[in-house]
Amino acid sequence: MSSKLAGGFSFDNHVRNAALQQKGLTLPKAVKTGTTIAGVIFKDGIVLGADTRATEGPIVADKNCEKIHYLAPNMYCCGAGTAADTEFTTALIASQLELHRLTTGRESRAVTAMTMLKQMLFKYQGHIGAALVLGGYDCTGPQLFTIYPHGSTDKLPYVTMGSGSLAAMAVFEAGWKRDMERQEAIDLVRAAIESGIFNDLGSGSNVDICVIEKGKHEMLRNYARPNERGQKERSYRFARGTTDVLQTSVRSLVTVVEGDQMDTSS
Amino acid sequence: MEYATQHRATEQAIQHRFDPYADNGGTILAIAGEDFCVVAGDTRQSEGYSINSRYAPKVFKMKNNVVLANSGFHADGVTLTKRLNQRIEWYRHAHEKDMSAPAFAQMLATTLYGRRFFPYYSFCIVGRGMVYGYDPVGSYERYQCRAAGSAQNLVQPFLDSQITLNGQKDAQPTPLSLADVLCIVKDAFTSATERDIYTGDYIELHIITREGVETQLHPLKKD
Repeated sequence: MSSKLAGGFSFDNHVRNAALQQKGLTLPKAVKTGTTIAGVIFKDGIVLGADTRATEGPIVADKNCEKIHYLAPNMYCCGAGTAADTEFTTALIASQLELHRLTTGRESRAVTAMTMLKQMLFKYQGHIGAALVLGGYDCTGPQLFTIYPHGSTDKLPYVTMGSGSLAAMAVFEAGWKRDMERQEAIDLVRAAIESGIFNDLGSGSNVDICVIEKGKHEMLRNYARPNERGQKERSYRFARGTTDVLQTSVRSLVTVVEGDQMDTSS
Repeated sequence: MEYATQHRATEQAIQHRFDPYADNGGTILAIAGEDFCVVAGDTRQSEGYSINSRYAPKVFKMKNNVVLANSGFHADGVTLTKRLNQRIEWYRHAHEKDMSAPAFAQMLATTLYGRRFFPYYSFCIVGRGMVYGYDPVGSYERYQCRAAGSAQNLVQPFLDSQITLNGQKDAQPTPLSLADVLCIVKDAFTSATERDIYTGDYIELHIITREGVETQLHPLKKD
């Protein structure tokens, strides 16, 4: 145990928690984004897509969360798995990429980000539960990768991840073409994410889209909202005074007594 | 992603277990009014993160006009319903009259307890005039309103506040009209659909009055 400021994770409580767990304590569960995320390469760029549901077991924790994370101005990254891990991992790598750009004076490359991510995830042997879809446009053109929690990577023209990956991949396998137009690619990714939203219980709510092209990107937050909640049948406002007051007690906690003036002479 | 390892089998003994149950999710509820009763359930049937069916009813009108709602393991619910309908028919042949709701409620309890050591994995709610709620091994009680299933924890407190008016000062429990109850049932299900991943697709509701049983189907969100 060191009081010095150092980077990385703290394992201070690991032995204690392991002992408690052995005695039957259940450790707290992290928020998972049972997710559908996807990406495709089109004629002049990348389209990334994600649903917006976050779950804690069978309960929907967030109906409209953001799963497309910033890595660099020319790079974005969709995250599935443990919500905290995807957020912190992408934020950490985004910071390292920014420092790297400041020292080198060059635009970041997608392979660089991909390598940094896989090396970090491999180092932690899968304990960081981040499954990522990385998309970027750099000096080598449009780039698309998937990164698994254990650190393995794929480089493919169309990819999906998360619990809805099979539903989304089914749409890609049916509709993907080489060198699609921008709008064609957006429509395909939207259909893939919607397939996950409707057929996978871990995914739901809205579709977020991010388009990355040479020298620019466009974030289309809630590009499709196919699950608006309808009007409720009744109003459930309680009348004033519905909560019964059982007991009232008013106490003065501070007693102000005028005393001698403080001596400020010396 | 991993490759199968040959030596894994020798690391620990393989245990073969008979596990004949599944949880197919879904939510049911019933509310008793002055001269009517509403029994409702969603129609989604699921397992894990997959939807097996968007329309698989789990609320059944029995042959004696009692309505039985089942949640838990769908196959057990169907089997239980089939056996109970058979018993209702035998009863009619033996006694030349329909089985009453309290008699049916007691019969369901004994049927469930008969499988004490290999239970029907089914959470039942019965409605006709009154509402009865059960656990899978036959413990039952009369209620004014009852919810069960995957969103029970979300729906029951809502019913307690809107039907039973629990802990509300000056709230007069005026008899609710059928229209009011239907609004509360629909809002209960649309709200449960928002937060429970296993509830959705459609509500199927049965309205039981002196005239008979009317069935309605309303859409829910499908995500």
